[in-house]
Amino acid sequence: MIRCSGVIRTATAVSFSILLTACGGESADPGAEAPRGLQLVGAGATFPEPLYQDWFRRYNAQQTETRVIYEGGGSGEGVRRFIEETVDFGASDAAMSDAQIAQVERGVRLIPATAGMVVLAYNLPGVEGELRLPRDVYVDIFLGKIWRWDDPRIIAVNPDLELPSRLIQTVVRRDGSGTTFAFTNHLSSISPAWRDEGPGTGTILNWPGGAMTGNGNEGVAHKIKISHGSIGYIEYHFASRLGLPIATLENKAGNFVQPDADSGRRTLEAAAEAGMPANLRLFVPDPDAPHAYPITSLSWLLLYGSYPEPERAAALQSVVTWGLNEGQEIAATLGYIPLPDNILARATEVLTTIGAP
Amino acid sequence: MALNPFEHAGAASTISGPPSEGDYLGDRLFRAVARACAGLIIALLLFILWEIGGLALPAMAQHGLGFVSGSTWNPGTQEFGVLPEIWGTLYSSLLALLLGGVFGVTIAIFLSQDFIEARLAVVFRTIVELLAAIPSVVYGLWGIFVVIPLLRPVAGWLHAQLSFIPLFATDLSGPGMAPAALVLAIMILPTVAAITVDAFRRIPYKVKEAAYGMGTTRWEAILKVMLPTASSGILAALVLGFGRALGETMALAMLIGNSNQINLSLFAPANTLASLLASSFPEAGQIEVQALMYAAVVLLLITLLVNIAGLGIQQYTVRKFEGKV
Repeated sequence: MIRCSGVIRTATAVSFSILLTACGGESADPGAEAPRGLQLVGAGATFPEPLYQDWFRRYNAQQTETRVIYEGGGSGEGVRRFIEETVDFGASDAAMSDAQIAQVERGVRLIPATAGMVVLAYNLPGVEGELRLPRDVYVDIFLGKIWRWDDPRIIAVNPDLELPSRLIQTVVRRDGSGTTFAFTNHLSSISPAWRDEGPGTGTILNWPGGAMTGNGNEGVAHKIKISHGSIGYIEYHFASRLGLPIATLENKAGNFVQPDADSGRRTLEAAAEAGMPANLRLFVPDPDAPHAYPITSLSWLLLYGSYPEPERAAALQSVVTWGLNEGQEIAATLGYIPLPDNILARATEVLTTIGAP
Repeated sequence: MALNPFEHAGAASTISGPPSEGDYLGDRLFRAVARACAGLIIALLLFILWEIGGLALPAMAQHGLGFVSGSTWNPGTQEFGVLPEIWGTLYSSLLALLLGGVFGVTIAIFLSQDFIEARLAVVFRTIVELLAAIPSVVYGLWGIFVVIPLLRPVAGWLHAQLSFIPLFATDLSGPGMAPAALVLAIMILPTVAAITVDAFRRIPYKVKEAAYGMGTTRWEAILKVMLPTASSGILAALVLGFGRALGETMALAMLIGNSNQINLSLFAPANTLASLLASSFPEAGQIEVQALMYAAVVLLLITLLVNIAGLGIQQYTVRKFEGKV
């Protein structure tokens, strides 16, 4: 306080905003205790953000040597800042492309840390009960080819629902997003029309059919919540937290499946069994298992292959190891899919290869 | 002790005398400060233009005029076009100007043409001006929780009955052009009303007396004499209101739906330049930032053109209705 008023006295000529910053800088975070030895900063995917925040809050409370901060911002932002080397670690639901990995001289380690399901949440007031969407139907909804809720193809599989005569308003992500990647990767693998003539696969796309856009999972969820007749793709736990109804989707085997953590975990286990790539970039665009939920995706932490300070590498290793063990139980309680053992084992293995240059 | 009214007479020579050194100094100082302030405003504007223009230059060189006519915004493939945003900006602002302009001028007539007691008019005017003090984000929230639910059944009915008219070709799911324009109209209302009231007040009372003296009714006096006489002031109010509507960001970003499309329908979601800037900046990489700066330049140009056009119309009406050259 004394320093602050001193600043005010000497800086009358300085503009108000600069003054505020100066004062803000002087008054340190009141929650912080004695200075920590090391501060690790990460940024990226918004989908695992609630989980990571919870992890790091607990981890920071457990010990005093390291303080971990996660800033969110979206997978696109996370990868960008990771490549610019302005963070200690990144996070992405789309991992990193080969071209992106090549830009990082220090090397890249992709560590699967959690997993989730992309669901189609909708807002149809007055429609109670399970909304079933076959594979070709939800592709055509997002292509803008099916644009009314009382379309005969939707009524055909939902004979019990009283579907309103409303237009379908699709809601999508406007920022670069791993959720978009997982969803469009799935659409591309089930529909040649989407892959070849449609928008294709990517973290950010030009959506057809007058889609509304929102920033982040929470932005899309919010737009769905305030728009009647809307449907959009978001991560499972955002939909369940806001109480948005979730469509039941048809999987490769032809069964209609509701998303739940157990089926998601089995899907990932089977996929990792069938072949886990060396860089751990495992995508499951269209699982074969009869009761697998069709859109399941891993979420990765992005670490550098080497860190100039060995203690930074060691601190990161211990944080991530903690997340891969204790963290997985927390993941289940927050609505994420705990990783199956075979993926955890590989992740731990890769984690040990991080070191000094 | 009686006051001596001639006490200061002795000093009167200094009052009527030549200006002192201090007077000269004060005068020069004031002139310098006034000039500096005026210069600073222009310098600030030029500096902003320079900065934005400098950042936008690479995007301008790369995309050229295709930026204005393109309708894709995809940082992934680095395709940038703002035609839907230009359309949305002009469409929402024009709708808002139509609604807010009519309401604003009507309110101004109500407040300034002896419809209510003068003291009551002051209270009304203060209330209207208070609308300007409400933060944009509150308007946005109000739009989401009040305007949209109110509009939805109306829009549904219009769409069901009159869907052959392009204006009603879609129904309103939530955010869209109509709620955005409606809230925008309320936001520009205080600007339009306050300046229009002043324009009416500036008309000498003699004009109205003369009109009545010639046997006009009250409405004839207002519509045929007062309105044309105040027209240049009213136009200034409309131009200012339009400028405010063009640049409004937060409430629109919350209400317009951020959809990259050109649709005549009043109930379809759309996007505006300002809300594109607001929603894309936090995420944007270097190339996209350049494109966004280009979009900012486009917005500046539109505002400039609108102001110039407004000035032109204003001068025309001054010549036509007020008889000045």
